[in-house]
Amino acid sequence: MLTLAHFLTLGAILFSLSVAGIFINRKNVIILLMCIELMLLAVNMNFVAFSRFVGNLDGQVFVFFILTVAAAEAAIGLAILVVLFRNRGTINVAELDDLKG
Amino acid sequence: MIVQEIIFYAFSIVMVFAAAAVITVRNPVYSALFLVLTFFSAAAIWMLLEAEFLAIVLVVVYVGAVMVLFLFVVMMLDINVDTLKAGFIRYLPVALVVAVVMAVEMLMVIWSKGRFGTDAFPVPPPNPVGYSNTRALGELLYTEYLLPFEVAGVILLVAILAAIALTLRKRTGIKTQDPARQVRARRDQSVRLVKMKSEKPQGG
Repeated sequence: MLTLAHFLTLGAILFSLSVAGIFINRKNVIILLMCIELMLLAVNMNFVAFSRFVGNLDGQVFVFFILTVAAAEAAIGLAILVVLFRNRGTINVAELDDLKG
Repeated sequence: MIVQEIIFYAFSIVMVFAAAAVITVRNPVYSALFLVLTFFSAAAIWMLLEAEFLAIVLVVVYVGAVMVLFLFVVMMLDINVDTLKAGFIRYLPVALVVAVVMAVEMLMVIWSKGRFGTDAFPVPPPNPVGYSNTRALGELLYTEYLLPFEVAGVILLVAILAAIALTLRKRTGIKTQDPARQVRARRDQSVRLVKMKSEKPQGG
C-alpha cells in the first residue's frame, strides 16, 4: 500500500542528495545549477504528493509556477555563466574572487 | 495495488541512482544526461500520482527545453574537468554527514507516529474514467489563479530579455552587412556617367 509517507520519503532522499551535491561540487557552477534543479524537483514531488492525498489541486498549480520560475532561473543562470566564461575563461568558483569578499 | 508498488519502487530506485550519478560523475555532459533520466523517472511517479498534465509538462519543458539548454552550454564552454573535480574527496565526508543527518531527520519526522500514514491521509480512490486532470487544472488556473498566471508570463518574458541582453555582444572590426545601408543605397552613389567621344580602333 503506497501511502503519502512513501512519496515524502522519496522527496527527502532526493533533497538530501542534491544538498550533498552542492557540497562536493562546489567548484563547478554548472553542476551547482543542476543540483538546484534537483532540489526544486524534490520540492515539487512533495507538492504533487500532498495535492493527491489531500484531494486539492492547488498543489499542482504551485508546481506549475515553480516550474515556470525554475525555467527562467535556469535560462538567466546559464546566460550569466556564458558571459562569465567569455570574460574570465574559467567557471571555477574558487577563481571568481574579484570582489575580494 | 501491487502493480503500483512495483512501478513506484522501480522508478524510485532508478531516480535515486540517477540523482546520485548527477552529483558524482566527472563529466558535466554525463551529469546533464543523468539529470534527464531523473526527470523522466519523476514524471513516471507523478503519473502514478495522477498528475498527468504536470508529468507531461516536466518531460516537455524540462527534458525538452531546460536540459537541452544545459547541454548546449556545457558543450559550448571548454571546461577543464580535472581542476573542477579537485577537492571532491576533501568535501566528501562533510557532504555525506550533512546529507545523512538531513535525510535521517526528515525521515524521522515523516515516519514517526504515523503522521503521514493511512490513518492521517487515507489513500484516495482513483479518479473516475472521464476525469481530465488537464481540464481541472486549466479551470483552476484561468479563474482563481489568473493573476499569478499572468505574472508567470511576465517572469518568462523578463527571463528572455535578460538572457538576450546578457549574452548579446557587439563585435567591432568584423565585416558584416548592414541591411539598412544596403536598402538606402542610391544609383548616383555608385554609378557615374561619363560623356566622351567614341574611340576609333588604332591602326585598324
